Amino acid sequence: MADHAHRTRTETESLGPNALRVSNLTVRLDGRTVLQDVSFDVRRGTTLAILGPNGAGKTVLLRTLLGLVPHEGTIAWREGTKIGYVPQNLFVADMPITVREFLGIKRGTDLQESLASVGLDPASILDERLGTLSGGQMQRVLIAWAIADRPDVLLFDEPLSNVDLGGEDLILETLNRIEKAFGITVLLVSHDVHNVIEYSDTALALNRTVVYFGPSKNLSDPALLARVYGSGTLLSKHAH
Amino acid sequence: MDQTAEPVAYAVLAGVFAGLASGYMGSLMVAKRMALVGDVLSHVALPGIALGILLDFNPFLGAFAFLLAAVGATWYIERSTRLPLDAVIGVMFVFALALGVLLTPAPDLLEALFGDIANVAWLDAAIAVGISTLVVLGVRAIYPGVVLSHISEELAVSAKVRVGWVTFIYLFLVAVVVATGIKVVGTLLVGALVILPAAAAKNVSASLARYGALSAAFGGVSAVAGILLSSATGVPPGPLVVLVGTGMFLASVVTKRIMGPRG
Repeated sequence: MADHAHRTRTETESLGPNALRVSNLTVRLDGRTVLQDVSFDVRRGTTLAILGPNGAGKTVLLRTLLGLVPHEGTIAWREGTKIGYVPQNLFVADMPITVREFLGIKRGTDLQESLASVGLDPASILDERLGTLSGGQMQRVLIAWAIADRPDVLLFDEPLSNVDLGGEDLILETLNRIEKAFGITVLLVSHDVHNVIEYSDTALALNRTVVYFGPSKNLSDPALLARVYGSGTLLSKHAH
Repeated sequence: MDQTAEPVAYAVLAGVFAGLASGYMGSLMVAKRMALVGDVLSHVALPGIALGILLDFNPFLGAFAFLLAAVGATWYIERSTRLPLDAVIGVMFVFALALGVLLTPAPDLLEALFGDIANVAWLDAAIAVGISTLVVLGVRAIYPGVVLSHISEELAVSAKVRVGWVTFIYLFLVAVVVATGIKVVGTLLVGALVILPAAAAKNVSASLARYGALSAAFGGVSAVAGILLSSATGVPPGPLVVLVGTGMFLASVVTKRIMGPRG
């Protein structure tokens, strides 16, 4: 996928310590501007959280970074970048497919190792039907899929949206462990400011255009948060 | 082999291979919730069959040419307009059906609509065997890519699946399966050859491997059973093939209620 992204870039050098540089990115869908003049970069080995209200263009940005959406501007990945992607949802409710078969689609996957690295017991889950897994189990299977071929970058779309409260910490712990173990750069879309402040290094707040780009810890400032989500937003609303 | 046994043997041979290929292909179509696409596409073949009859060339070639054109147009329109695939195919279906009924000579209309597997020559049987084998191999090759693209297009792209190409090959194979199946059960019922075996298999499968294998097996068995029943009773084979398939589906519903899906 990075190959496709490479074809769309105009800038090929001087990424320096960065894994990704996005410059003046504009996306129009059906004549409507969904993202306008978005610029940011992501340092290698760090975590960038992409925040914003519903309809802010967060998922469109991830899809654009994957090369799925036509755009203007530049998306420059470091040469040879391998991207792993963790989607928000899978359409598997009525698909007769087991965890073993799903992970097996990705060639060369070491099923045992991938599942063990996300804290799942291969023996008990490999022959389960994918559609019967809980939200947390599914999310970890998806992470196992994404890290199976040792990507340099992981893109996460709302990693906690289908996970119950108790399972969120487990997912974040898993992510932390993987990030440290493999030195992976992580881009995650989230609506949960609380987790973002704690977990990510940098935040990109979107509302069609960039509202804030900088250290995540600054988001604990209520004035900044109000700018990102509109007035009246309190941090405690998102806290667990 | 006596004089009547030979055509039946050819019909069984063509039927079992066409049934296997349509069942296997159908497992992908039902999984993608495109079960009715085969049914709808089959009607697109009618003007091609009509031209074959009118201009005296093999109607299979006419059917295949029209199906290919429809698949190509569907693929292009879907990619350029982002309209749902079923809506695009629906537009072509009504147009082609109207054109086909107007073009097909009245005496041949019934055969085109309900098939003529009883009149299969050895060459037809050989073609059906060859094409069906290629379809099974083709479907097997694209199976993981189609399943993954359906589960999540983004996931497929990140795994370097060429989604556009996989979709095109998939639609191409649908056209081939439909054109082959038309010989067995006719344009009106060919959709059943694709839907019934897969729907039955899905009821009793918890894994893709079992689902694909059972779909193919149910397709082959229903085609052969229908043809043999037809030969024994003199009733046209097309509807019998569909009735056997429906019986299998009902049995699968009962089995699912009693035992649940199996690995």
